[in-house]
Amino acid sequence: MTDAAPAFERAPDLPPPASTVGVVGWMRQNLFSTWYNTALTVLALWLIWEAVPPVVAWAFVDADWTGSTRDACAREGACWVFIKEWFGQFVYGRYPIDERWRVNLGAAILVVCAATLFFPRFPWKAWVSVFLLFGYPVVAFFLFSGDVMGLIWVETPLWGGLFLTLVLAIVGCVFALPIGIVLALGRRSRMPGVRAVCVAFIELWRGVPLITVLFMASVMFPLFVPEGLTFDKLLRALIGIMLFQAAYLAEVIRGGLQAIPRGQYEGAQALGLNYWKAMVLVILPQALKLVIPGIVNSFIALLKDTTLVLIIGLLDFLGMIQAAGTNPDWLGFAVEGYVFAGFVFWVLCFGISRYSLHLERKLHTGH
Amino acid sequence: MNESTAASRGPDDGAAIRMIGVHKWYGQFHVLKDINLSVDRKEKIVVCGPSGSGKSTLIRCINRLEEHQRGRIVVEGIELTNDLRRIDEIRREVGMVFQHFNLFPHLTVLDNLTLAPMWVRKMAKDEAEEVAMTFLARVKIPEQAGKYPGQLSGGQQQRVAIARSLCMNPKIMLFDEPTSALDPEMIKEVLDVMVDLAEEGMTMVVVTHEMGFANRVADRVVFMDEGEVIEQADPETFFNSPRNERTRLFLSQILSH
Ligand SMILES: Nc1ncnc2c1ncn2[C@@H]1O[C@H](COP(=O)(O)OP(=O)(O)O)[C@@H](O)[C@H]1O
Ligand SMILES: [Mg+2]
Repeated sequence: MTDAAPAFERAPDLPPPASTVGVVGWMRQNLFSTWYNTALTVLALWLIWEAVPPVVAWAFVDADWTGSTRDACAREGACWVFIKEWFGQFVYGRYPIDERWRVNLGAAILVVCAATLFFPRFPWKAWVSVFLLFGYPVVAFFLFSGDVMGLIWVETPLWGGLFLTLVLAIVGCVFALPIGIVLALGRRSRMPGVRAVCVAFIELWRGVPLITVLFMASVMFPLFVPEGLTFDKLLRALIGIMLFQAAYLAEVIRGGLQAIPRGQYEGAQALGLNYWKAMVLVILPQALKLVIPGIVNSFIALLKDTTLVLIIGLLDFLGMIQAAGTNPDWLGFAVEGYVFAGFVFWVLCFGISRYSLHLERKLHTGH
Repeated sequence: MNESTAASRGPDDGAAIRMIGVHKWYGQFHVLKDINLSVDRKEKIVVCGPSGSGKSTLIRCINRLEEHQRGRIVVEGIELTNDLRRIDEIRREVGMVFQHFNLFPHLTVLDNLTLAPMWVRKMAKDEAEEVAMTFLARVKIPEQAGKYPGQLSGGQQQRVAIARSLCMNPKIMLFDEPTSALDPEMIKEVLDVMVDLAEEGMTMVVVTHEMGFANRVADRVVFMDEGEVIEQADPETFFNSPRNERTRLFLSQILSH
């Protein structure tokens, strides 16, 4: 210790006032800070009191859970027997019961492959990704439709339910992403011809509702192709959805490209990287990372929008539920069906959005 | 070599960079006016001048980040035309360091350094990493190899940017105000690296207002104003007895604080 300068003394840390911390402090600040806040709090409590118990009673307390026919549903609440009995159809549509294992297997391969990508230390990530992008679609196609290696042929009109919903959404989005990237780059191209084509394509598809696209794919498209040449209805819907989604993704991705400073491209150029290398190695990884929320958003929107294929006669998840509700043996249980549909869509979409949050955080490299 | 290829490669008289009657316009705005400048191999040139005088534009024309509309630019015996192959060839020989570093934030320092050698020079990963580590050691931050640029200080980032250019084994290095975006205490660490580089015999064109650096390193100082080269001289003459009125005014402004 020296005796020269007076010692610097650090002011002590005081605790915050009691009225601003803890449960009581929080409530006082957020719920009862003014007289009208207090009134709103009371009103909200009353609404919750009025609404929640009846819903709980309907969905759980008074609901029928056991049995296998509609006669089992004698009580006042929901008839979950209806969902239980039709569950297989809701998931697989009219896919033959003995062949459902093929859908399960396809889904299992997808889930297992995707799961390996979650392990940071998994060594063959690159190979799995390549397989998922290029090999898996082929494998899945032959697995689901058959007619090879002793598998019986299951034509696409039999595909349905949640299975069909996921096929539409996943194929639509996965194939739309590269098209969207090319369109976004094209729209920013310095070549006027390329730019014009991309702008025209994007604006055309963005200006049309999906339902119109689906109608065109199913009703008008056959008018334009020669007689006798038939295209699978599912394939037509898929192409329509894909191009529609690509136009949206292109705009999302363009936003990301615009946010990357010019200096990044110049840095890459100055190192001798040509346009495509600069884009693929430097610009796109950053731009795509920025727009993950936007991409996920439009994927969630697409997942829900695929329910529109109902109107061209494809029985997706919602379509199957609606069809089941009109079955003479089960009339009157549509509400249970729609609640179930809403619940399943919510679980899917919420899961996807949580995953995207996780991805964003993981890819954040501090800039 | 037959006559036509000799002509297409331009006058190769040993100069690293030769600009002959170069003009450039941004739309109607005439930014570069009749620039004649040649830089010998191993020569170090410092370019200075007021803001907006066209210094950045001038050096960005040398590696074709900007296109000139009249005159000729020959770099390492290769003439700059619209031929994309030749532009790529020149960019491989010319390294550039920017005011704002322009490091790639999504890649680690090491990946920033190995990217171009691997994808442009087709170097194997191991070799590229070895080269990268030697250059990181030369700019005195080998321990930062695994970090992302966003985790480094400005001075460290600029040194990484210099190392990144050097990994391509360039014959010429261009610097566009490499220290102007840095906090004062970091300027020296970057200038030290540049001085080392100069002493090793690199051909350098440096836009900077660091007159101490110019005095110590430059073979020639070039003063620009309003798109023209007003005066060029060795540092001694340039600082002590500038001929042009505008040069004197500029020097008095920049040296007064
Ligand atoms: N891309 C551009 N388009 C139009 N004008 C530009 C562009 N870049 C620079 N300029 C103008 O050209 C002039 C010279 O710019 P620059 O070379 O950056 O000057 P310096 O580097 O000497 O400050 C400035 O007046 C600037 O506004
Ligand atoms: Mg400048």
